[in-house]
Amino acid sequence: MDGLSLLLDGFGTALTPMNLVYCVVGVTLGTMIGVLPGIGPAMAVALLLPVTYNLPPTSAFIMFAGIYYGGMYGGSTTSILLNTPGESASVVTAIEGNRMAKKGRAAQALATAAIGSFIAGTIGTMLVVLLAPSIVRLAVQMGAPDYFAIMVLAFIAVTSVLGASRIRGFAALLIGLTVGIVGIDPTTGQQRLTFGVPQLADGIDVVIVAVGLFALGEALWIAAHLRRASAQITPTGRGRMSREDVARSWKPWLRGTAIGFPFGAIPAGGAEIPTFLSYVMEKRLSKHKDEFGHGAIEGVAGPEATNNASAAGGLVPLLTLGLPTTATAAILLAAFQQYGIQPGPLLLENEPELVWGLLASLLIGNCVLLLLNLPLAPVWAKLLRIPRPYLYAGILFFASLGAYAVNASTIDLLLLLVFGILGFMMRRFGIPTVPAIIGVILGPRAEVQLRRALQISDGEVGGLFNTGFSRAIYAIVIVLLLLPLLARLLRRRSIGDGGGATEGDVGDPGPGSDGPATPLTAEHAASAAEERARTELLHRNNERTWT
Amino acid sequence: MTANPLQKAQGLSELGVALVLLGLGVTVLLDASGLQAGFGRTGGIGPRAIPYVIGGALCVVAALLALDILRGGRGEQEEGEDIDLSHGSDYKTVAILGAAFVSNILLIERAGWPISGAVLFFGSAFALGSRRTVRDIAIALFLSIGSWYLFVLGLGIDLPVGILEGIL
Repeated sequence: MDGLSLLLDGFGTALTPMNLVYCVVGVTLGTMIGVLPGIGPAMAVALLLPVTYNLPPTSAFIMFAGIYYGGMYGGSTTSILLNTPGESASVVTAIEGNRMAKKGRAAQALATAAIGSFIAGTIGTMLVVLLAPSIVRLAVQMGAPDYFAIMVLAFIAVTSVLGASRIRGFAALLIGLTVGIVGIDPTTGQQRLTFGVPQLADGIDVVIVAVGLFALGEALWIAAHLRRASAQITPTGRGRMSREDVARSWKPWLRGTAIGFPFGAIPAGGAEIPTFLSYVMEKRLSKHKDEFGHGAIEGVAGPEATNNASAAGGLVPLLTLGLPTTATAAILLAAFQQYGIQPGPLLLENEPELVWGLLASLLIGNCVLLLLNLPLAPVWAKLLRIPRPYLYAGILFFASLGAYAVNASTIDLLLLLVFGILGFMMRRFGIPTVPAIIGVILGPRAEVQLRRALQISDGEVGGLFNTGFSRAIYAIVIVLLLLPLLARLLRRRSIGDGGGATEGDVGDPGPGSDGPATPLTAEHAASAAEERARTELLHRNNERTWT
Repeated sequence: MTANPLQKAQGLSELGVALVLLGLGVTVLLDASGLQAGFGRTGGIGPRAIPYVIGGALCVVAALLALDILRGGRGEQEEGEDIDLSHGSDYKTVAILGAAFVSNILLIERAGWPISGAVLFFGSAFALGSRRTVRDIAIALFLSIGSWYLFVLGLGIDLPVGILEGIL
């Protein structure tokens, strides 16, 4: 029960007028950013890091947390009203959501998404409140080998679960780890990879790397491929959820929460897999199977709840272990470090005001988000019409502003450009950016733990495996590494329907695109067909591995 | 897998990625070999161990990636709401954007953020196809001057005022 009483104290922190303002600003910005195409919550928090330098940490985190949750709400608006695959977490929502919108039921789709997000966010945050103290009680007993093992797990999970190609995932991770080495070695004081440049001696600021990879890199990449004909926006329409809509939605909301939360809490690479699982599950359990593919409300309610529950779940490892499971969480971790706050088991003890204030303000923010999103969806939808040149010029503008403000140095702007180009190239060649940022942030900390563990064991490698916990974690790591091999073996045995092509197909960029500029409608039909094909593909894959 | 010309070209340039990774790995290894093993070490590992592991791993991944590409594996270009992958990359836009970005770097300490930021915004909007010059300039100046006031007066973060000193 201690979590609940501490939460009440947290409400005391969160309900001060200034912190309420930051909460509302955060969720509003978050929704806006979620709706705007091209900007995700990771980019938004990265861009805001410099602005919040002079704020008290509690207020800054209340705002960041609002952005984190708000971004999820806003993302669903985009995917329902715009028929293009957007952020990975809301791709699944788009499948049924956009069909519903086409049938004139956009308002109902938006409502079920908003209420589902609210329920999942509230239950999820309450679970964090209840679980965090007991996890911390376990975590304070963890030593250096355990921490190192957990970080190895995070590295392996983020590279093997995300994306289509594990080699490219590892390449990204190693690039990130290399960036993490730059600077003075803390134990011997020697400079590593600084090439004699004095500005590099303190290491490369994580803010610069994050803004470069997620803001500049993304903006440059989009600029090179900007859709000249603007995408069709389906009008939001009017109407409320009928009794039948609610009856069909509430179970998916709860089931989505149940799937999303645990997935968010383990380092398995964000909401992509759980939202998809939720979709498949709803399709199987639905009494209206025939509606799937034509706008089934369950297909919106489930994945959207999953999405938000996994965002809440991600807070558990972040706050208790200092372990980020998504790009946004990684940047939040960088923000903690910027304030000199060490996330981990001691965080709840050392900064109770911050942690419980943060959790309380998440619950408040969730209510605000529901109010902002249910009646105001048509207003948010107007943001989709923002002229793209201004949107992306604005991102470049604020990225430069933020990067310069960190240290008031033009070297940082040059570094920003370097990381922007790196981010562009990674997007161009299908190298995921999330492992890179996790590597930059966790790499130096993993090295510290590794060296500490080996120091304690006097150089004995066995010192890394001398606890039951670390051995269990390494067992999971080995399973994760061997999983694709096993899957391939199983597939080969049960082959016969030409299943060997699955991996290649995912990497195929835009099939049927070699023809000259097709009219808009045909293009949309093609992309919808591709989307469906990909879903079916994933579906088949999933049935193989999970059942 | 049907190999259209676009994909073939990407395959060749993707080998460049493997080469860059190899170069990075070798750089990390060379840099690590120049480090002292560390003084007063009582067991444990010095500052060289991790760079050796990462540098070595980079070389291995570079080789594996090259192998994957030669076997026909391709990186999946990132998609998004505003992205149209049916054409190749438009490097002209990117080049103008880069120019706008670099001119900000060159101007920020000489002319001040209110000027350099406006140049950056206007240049970027132009690169992305906006041709309403007057409106673009107005928005650019509004943003750069507004953000200058917000940072300097509102947030207490200094931004260079440059040639507009005394006016703002």
